[in-house]
Amino acid sequence: MIEFNGLLTATVFLPALGALVLILGPDNRFFSRFVATIVAAGDFVLAILVFSLFDRTDTAARFQFLDQWVWISSDAIKSTYLLGVDGLSAPLVLLTGLLGLCAVLASLKITLRVKQYFIWVLLLQTSVMGVFTSLDVLLFFLFWEVELIPMYMLITTWGSGRREYSGMKFLIFTIAGSAAMLVAILGLILTQGDQALNMMISLESGFGLMPSGGVISLSLLFWLFFVAFAIKLPVWPLHTWLPDAHTDAPTAASVILAGVMLKMGGYGLLRINVGMFPEHIHSFAWILMILGVISVIYGGVVTVRQTDLKRLVAYSSVSHMGLVLVGIASVGASYTYVSVTGLTGAAMQLFTHGTITGLLFLCVGLIYDKAHTRSIPQLGGIAQRMPIVGIAVLVAGFGSLGLPGLSGFVSEILVFFGAFTAFPVLTVVAVLGIVLAAGYILWMIQRALFGSLPDHLSELKDADRLECIPLILMIISIVIIGIYPSVLTDVFNSGLEPMVSVINNMSVINIGLLGN
Amino acid sequence: MISEWLVWSVFLLPVAAFIVISLVVRPLFNRYAVVSGLILIVCLTISFLISVYVLAIVASGVNLVFEAHDWLILGSAKISIGLLVDSVTAIMLVVVTGVSLLVQIYSLGYMKGDPSFCRYYAYMALFTASMIGVVIAVNIVQLYAFWELVGVSSYLLIGFWHERSSAAAAAKKAFIITRIGDVGFLLAIVYLFVQSDSFGAIGLNSLHIPDIWIAAQPLAAGGAALLGGTGLLFLTLGIFAGAAGKSGQFPLHTWLPDAMEGPTPVSALIHAATMVAAGVFLVARLYPVFEQSSDTMLIIAIIGAVTAFVAAALGLVMNDIKRVMAYSTVSQLGYMMAALGLGAFGPAMFHLFTHAFFKALLFLCAGSVNHAAGTFNMQYMGGLRKSMPITYVATIIGALSLVGIIPFAGFWSKDEILMSANVASNLTVISVGTIVFILLLAGVFLTALYSARMIHLTFHGQFRGGGTREISDAESRGVDLGPNVSSHVHLAESPILMVVPLLILSFLTVTVGYISNPQWVKSVFGIPKHWITEFLIESLPAYLNMHSLEFDPLVAVISTVIVLIGLSIGSWVYLGSRYASPNPSEDPISRLGPLYVILSNKYYIDYLYENIIVRKLFYTAIVGISDAFDKYIVDGVFNGLGIASKKLGRALTMLQTGQVQLYTIVAVAGTIILLAIYLASGSWN
Repeated sequence: MIEFNGLLTATVFLPALGALVLILGPDNRFFSRFVATIVAAGDFVLAILVFSLFDRTDTAARFQFLDQWVWISSDAIKSTYLLGVDGLSAPLVLLTGLLGLCAVLASLKITLRVKQYFIWVLLLQTSVMGVFTSLDVLLFFLFWEVELIPMYMLITTWGSGRREYSGMKFLIFTIAGSAAMLVAILGLILTQGDQALNMMISLESGFGLMPSGGVISLSLLFWLFFVAFAIKLPVWPLHTWLPDAHTDAPTAASVILAGVMLKMGGYGLLRINVGMFPEHIHSFAWILMILGVISVIYGGVVTVRQTDLKRLVAYSSVSHMGLVLVGIASVGASYTYVSVTGLTGAAMQLFTHGTITGLLFLCVGLIYDKAHTRSIPQLGGIAQRMPIVGIAVLVAGFGSLGLPGLSGFVSEILVFFGAFTAFPVLTVVAVLGIVLAAGYILWMIQRALFGSLPDHLSELKDADRLECIPLILMIISIVIIGIYPSVLTDVFNSGLEPMVSVINNMSVINIGLLGN
Repeated sequence: MISEWLVWSVFLLPVAAFIVISLVVRPLFNRYAVVSGLILIVCLTISFLISVYVLAIVASGVNLVFEAHDWLILGSAKISIGLLVDSVTAIMLVVVTGVSLLVQIYSLGYMKGDPSFCRYYAYMALFTASMIGVVIAVNIVQLYAFWELVGVSSYLLIGFWHERSSAAAAAKKAFIITRIGDVGFLLAIVYLFVQSDSFGAIGLNSLHIPDIWIAAQPLAAGGAALLGGTGLLFLTLGIFAGAAGKSGQFPLHTWLPDAMEGPTPVSALIHAATMVAAGVFLVARLYPVFEQSSDTMLIIAIIGAVTAFVAAALGLVMNDIKRVMAYSTVSQLGYMMAALGLGAFGPAMFHLFTHAFFKALLFLCAGSVNHAAGTFNMQYMGGLRKSMPITYVATIIGALSLVGIIPFAGFWSKDEILMSANVASNLTVISVGTIVFILLLAGVFLTALYSARMIHLTFHGQFRGGGTREISDAESRGVDLGPNVSSHVHLAESPILMVVPLLILSFLTVTVGYISNPQWVKSVFGIPKHWITEFLIESLPAYLNMHSLEFDPLVAVISTVIVLIGLSIGSWVYLGSRYASPNPSEDPISRLGPLYVILSNKYYIDYLYENIIVRKLFYTAIVGISDAFDKYIVDGVFNGLGIASKKLGRALTMLQTGQVQLYTIVAVAGTIILLAIYLASGSWN
């Protein structure tokens, strides 16, 4: 079966093509900036096309825009180049396109090795797009790995502070996860055969119901995948690479890191751990719930203490990504009562956290550029000199603490709705996270933005017109989703419903087995 | 019948004002900032007129039911948005748009010359729209959404002068404390959502407010009896937690006095007339649910009564005129909550209605006084009656209404609450009703006392120097008062834009109580006896069988006597020659000794919250330990792993000596060992 739509291949590889043009082209700052901007804008347009052309009502065609050809076909292993999107991945493609453009726009003032910088940024974009659109597990892994190198280079070359340490820490943590995933993939091939690599087949009913192949238990594979994704998300206690990487990365890398790369972890959990291991996710949901609640509360508590703006936002991400786990844990409700609400909440949280935290990092980057410090005790009253950045921080901050009318509220409330059915008491604990979020966000705003302006900041300038563009793009997306969430939730629902029905259908089979 | 869009436009007009002011006027026409105020005033005038029309329609007995619209569909459950227009909504709409309109007109004068004039009106528009959103919501998630937006507008307006660190801190405090209550509200909504399947089985939507009413009602009354037992208890307590946070009920009241850092018109609108009443409204909105849980009702009654008493006592010792008003507001909200807890639904909402007028009036008077004296500190006022006659009379009217002197508005509504408490109490046995009744009567006495003190300190005696004097006194003590006190003292009546709203509110304060609830006669201007309480009760299901109470002369006489005693004591103390001097001297209230110390430290509750719970327990202990744990243990383990593997690597490199002899020996030894294992395992057979 060979299908080739081409849209997704274009979306994934346009940035790589741009990188190629940069490599071959002249080493000229303006040329590099121009090409990168055009390519990122073009890719954003393609991502919008993917999202808007995706037919959410067509339940027969779960995966759309398929690009497929046999890629490796030896006797030992068969792998296909297989791209496609469903309701789960289409919004994430849109998110990647949006944040990719914002990251490039936020980098136009970089002066150090401009050509190389944009080559890495564009390659990063290709790899992340690839992760979200691959429907072949091996291809997924390939894109997953490719993303490491550009990010490592961005942190260590264009970063600040202890950038070598942080870059290496990021690399080692992620590679440790990748090793686990590689073992899991090999295990999949050994136990389930080649066709397991094709997600379109393996997502049909998951592996829970397929015959297990020999000594390798499926539970082991489940946990190996989980570790890889949990490091990326990140889940407590595997989160410590994140604050370091964020703090020392350049602004654009932080935006991409928090905005889309963490989402790869959440996406992996939903796509592989939930989609392919329905029985295991159902029985191990309580572990996810506990880890999620710890991440929410512990991350929130540690955030309160941070004095570096970037570190503060990074720790708040740990807390917010904990909610993704809490949402996923909603599948732990008894069979036939699993609803799509919690999973939709988790997926929404991926998207909304991407835009909200991306906006926060853009603002922090602007503050750092102009005030030359990110240390909260050295800031204060900057809203007087930077009203536009001040408004953007307020919008992002209130989005982050879950204000209705902004996108964060929708994902939070859906996560709580979903999780309460399965784990009422732990959900109550997780809800306390919203008070913590109000605490650290508003305290940060009070100390950094409000109050009297210290003398050394009296010359502070606000964002200029060019710098406003990414801020406005993000604010628009946050407000639109906050007011009209159906534009996303309907799509996510259409992608997640099939997974939920697999889990709910297991009850029929389980009861049948017991009857025998 | 009336079109749905007309009702929506009450809400959409201020939304439009917000969008136009913040996206058009502020960026493009900031030089003509006054335009932003005019835009909002025009929009609110139309909103107010429509609200009055809606009230007339609802009062004429038309049942307005509108279809809700889907907002979010989640599998079997859905969240819809729509309008719920009953008598409570209709009254609230008139109050919110009317008071807001007057406050916006007043603000044109009060905020004149402020560099952030546009921002002020943008926030005010956002607040008014959100408050209307709360009032008209038919879905509980919709209500919660606007509830939070009201909270954020309040945050923005308290912190309006954000360059003042005290304002920034007060804004944060207000948001966080109300949010602690909102956790309960949110959990209650989550609980309702989880019930969506059992609701759905009988065709109800668990988030739709009228459906929640039905679900709570007993089967005998035509309800569904889906909610009950512990679930209902937790549900109602959760919602009440949210209401208590917003309405400043004890012990979540501490944010409201600090919220006075905002501009005074903001305090009048948000922290007196509307937002803080939203908690009372929320309980009233879900009254048929609360009514089913007698335990929750008891708790509400007790918390309300305690709040009424405790806050009134605090009003006695404050020197800042706005803080006196703030505690007075907390105290009055306590009366409303107590009434709801006792089942006096009509009187509670009636008091909310009258309180909105007379408390907004009092706050606007405080703003007017500040405009002249440059300070809010009553120690430095005095004698203002001569230079500000209109403000003086308006304050007297507001205060007499607050203490409950016939025929001012506050008398009628407070009298209804006291009558209900009297009915609920039983003087022979000590019951909750008795305690509530006694606390409320004691609160009346304290209210009279602090009102007398406030009026005498501000308007009588001799002028004590205002802001100029306060600043020089503070400088001699080495204290910086910051921008809250102005040295610009200008003893004259406020400009016309500020006076007109005072006059209108004074007129309403005198008349609205009796006119909306005529006693002793058949009707006044066609308004029948007990109109407003009967009208409000209409929104409740018939099986509750509620009636308005007949006027009880005994209760009225008791409360009036208590008020007169309080006013007399206050006047006797504060009109005495000692305090009529032109110098700020020792306040007679401080002669209360240890009681004064406790009161002026606000029962040490702020100290407990801020120093012990937040600073020591939370920040130093919990946060500090978690942070150290993260740094040294969690991260330490991974760094340790890194160092260990580096050392292991270095150790292993030592094996690599480069000596071929050693390699050969190891290789031969290895072969022999493997061979031995092979032979020993006996598999050569």
